Amino acid sequence: MKIVKHSFDGIIVGAGGAGLRAAIEAAPTMKLAVITKLYPTRSHTGAAQGGMSAALANVEEDNWNWHAFDTVKGSDYLADQPAVDILCKEAIDAVVELEHWGLPFSRLDSGKIAQRRFGGHTIKEGAAPAFRACYAADRTGHMILQTLYQKCVSMGVEFFDEFQVLDIKIEDGVCKGVVAYEISTGDLHVFEARAVTFATGGFGKIFKVSSNAHSLTGDGPGMLYQKGIPLEDMEFYQFHPTGIYRLGILLSEAARGEGGILRNKDGERFMERYAPSIKDLAPRDMVSRAIATEISAGNGAGPNSDYVYLDLTHLGEEAIMKKLPDITDFVRTYVKIEPINDPIPVQPTAHYAMGGIPTDVNGRVLSDHKGGVIEGVYAAGEAACVSVHGANRLGTNSLLDIVVFGKRAGQSMVDYVSSTKASPLSESAADDLSNKISGLMEKEHTTEFSVAKIRSELQDSMEENAKIFRSKETLDNQTEILSDLRERYKNVTISDKSKVFNSELLEAIELDYLLDMADTTVASALARKESRGAHSREDYPDRDDTKFMKHSFAFKNGDSVKLEYKDVELGKYEPMERKY
Amino acid sequence: MEIDLKILRYDPESDKKGHWEYYKVDAEPEERILDLLHKIKWFEDGSLSFRKSCAHGVCGSDAMVVNGENMLACQVLVKEVSNPIKIEPIRGLPVLKDLIVDMKPFFDSYKKVMPFLINDDEPGDRERLQSPEDRDKFEDTTKCILCAACTTSCPVFWTADSYIGPAAIVNAHRFVMDSRDQGSKQRLEIMKDVNGAFRCRTAFNCTSACPRGIQVTKAIEDVKRETLLNN
Repeated sequence: MKIVKHSFDGIIVGAGGAGLRAAIEAAPTMKLAVITKLYPTRSHTGAAQGGMSAALANVEEDNWNWHAFDTVKGSDYLADQPAVDILCKEAIDAVVELEHWGLPFSRLDSGKIAQRRFGGHTIKEGAAPAFRACYAADRTGHMILQTLYQKCVSMGVEFFDEFQVLDIKIEDGVCKGVVAYEISTGDLHVFEARAVTFATGGFGKIFKVSSNAHSLTGDGPGMLYQKGIPLEDMEFYQFHPTGIYRLGILLSEAARGEGGILRNKDGERFMERYAPSIKDLAPRDMVSRAIATEISAGNGAGPNSDYVYLDLTHLGEEAIMKKLPDITDFVRTYVKIEPINDPIPVQPTAHYAMGGIPTDVNGRVLSDHKGGVIEGVYAAGEAACVSVHGANRLGTNSLLDIVVFGKRAGQSMVDYVSSTKASPLSESAADDLSNKISGLMEKEHTTEFSVAKIRSELQDSMEENAKIFRSKETLDNQTEILSDLRERYKNVTISDKSKVFNSELLEAIELDYLLDMADTTVASALARKESRGAHSREDYPDRDDTKFMKHSFAFKNGDSVKLEYKDVELGKYEPMERKY
Repeated sequence: MEIDLKILRYDPESDKKGHWEYYKVDAEPEERILDLLHKIKWFEDGSLSFRKSCAHGVCGSDAMVVNGENMLACQVLVKEVSNPIKIEPIRGLPVLKDLIVDMKPFFDSYKKVMPFLINDDEPGDRERLQSPEDRDKFEDTTKCILCAACTTSCPVFWTADSYIGPAAIVNAHRFVMDSRDQGSKQRLEIMKDVNGAFRCRTAFNCTSACPRGIQVTKAIEDVKRETLLNN
């Protein structure tokens, strides 16, 4: 196998919003490269739709403290409050900075950035829904991704497109660099670098119905987990209430922010029963649970009674076309329904990982639950868990998270690189990966152990046993299934033996990460005997602040998962019952 | 229903040139062309190579030629195309393997138009103001996802790959028409070049091909007009 050697100060893995924002911060002062398995503009930040919250107060009085209150309450009090303060306070400058870099926000008549309502965001700590989400039609993520990439182009940031990082080298707790696979040639590249940021995104592909891209396989968290680094709060996975029926394609919460209403088969606005004050604009965990409850009570629509309706018909053609053009297009394209005239069949879709690689507020990766750090390794964005989202993220806070904490991870890289010296990494660093790849290339293919077969069983079973409602029974069942899938994965085979664009090989390696993500999700969910945020246990329906005001840390222990806990950092908001 | 697929395959490790391969796949009418490609790749022939990511028409990975027309494989349903379905790589860029082309020339052209906001004024500590009317002037071209469906549908680009192509002009338009931008003069110089906007022969292929519904030909006309007005 051909091995190519590179020497950099810093490497960023992933070129979505978090990776690009970190790159903009780090590139001016160091030899930096961004490595992405896609092209940067293909990253899934581009699929985010509704907005990015910041208390700009362009429409009405607002205050970043109210944003922080909503974020903490939305998190079901599991978010670390000092980190939430940073997120909400720095949000304002982060939005303004993106505008200065050219982001084409929608505008108010005053010329200021337009802001809309979004789930769980209120003024005066719950008094009324807030106009806080800064948006560019319903393609805010696309505009953020484009703007950050444009800024990187203007700065001459160096990219390695379609290179997939598959190994990180950490020696004595210190980062040495990464090893990447060049997708177009099959060559391996050793990147010596003393600062590495993981911004690889989420892992929605552990579920069958998901809003996530095919690329979202938990590569960063998986790679670090396999090196002994824990994963935090993995039991908290968000299901977005409005995915297109069966396909899972996201229909933004902005649809409800602009006045859209959820209805059951009888046309009833059922959210009035679940969240009397803010109704359809309740946080996502509550709305998804409400939909699941309606469906199991027989109130679902359709021949299998397994969906509800998102009704936009009362908004009028002009508002729909002006403010929600992309999702209107998705509905027309994929279900051939005209949202101006007819309600849209929707069901909850696997959307966002609150958990991930544990970091401090400066993006530094934690090595344990006691506050240890790995020198030179950083993480940001959905791959990371700061934690600002706790048990349930509010809509719009992910786009905020990527820019605020992407920037902070970049700053940490700068600080670390300026205070340390380069240390060499030899070509033999590629040996482990080279052996792994040779193993897969040489093994004879059998369909019984194909990637697709194991992966589809993983996705089907996670959908069945570990989705919105969980119990000891479903989770025990899933633990057994995962252990069987893990055994079968040890024999996984591929049919494609070529060097050029061998995506089957990469899917086989990604499946290992997906299994890690599922293992840690299920083990953490089984141990958390309470219901909080997106984690709903049918056998433990209440929140238990006495035992579980804690973040879970899942460590790899052979083929099983070992759990430790760390106390939540509280602040000015005392945990209270979460009502809307 | 059973679908017949005919795919233009090319493996640089064993083929001198492309050849057709034929597949039969069971599919629902509501499935995407991308779903069919996955069925082949995952359950029949793991070597079939194509790019994909978001699977709902926003990332721009999977532009290909389906029954003679450029489209995103994830944005077209089985029931919308006639059977048998013929799939080829997009044209005018070097084929690397099967449905994967070399995107480097495409992104090089994109970078030539300086696709970033140029404004040297001190912006202050709040957002720059822009009226909704000014914002609307470039709304259409902000939608571009750089999938190359437009550029690789252009007959001028097929015969002269030095032509900067519709996608790059769309991205020039996005900044030229932005009231906050001060770089139009430099960009329009590039547009005036022999390989710039005036190579367009208004075939409208690009407009038909755009999966985001951008009025590409109109954007090119806008840029040509700006070039003349700013002369």
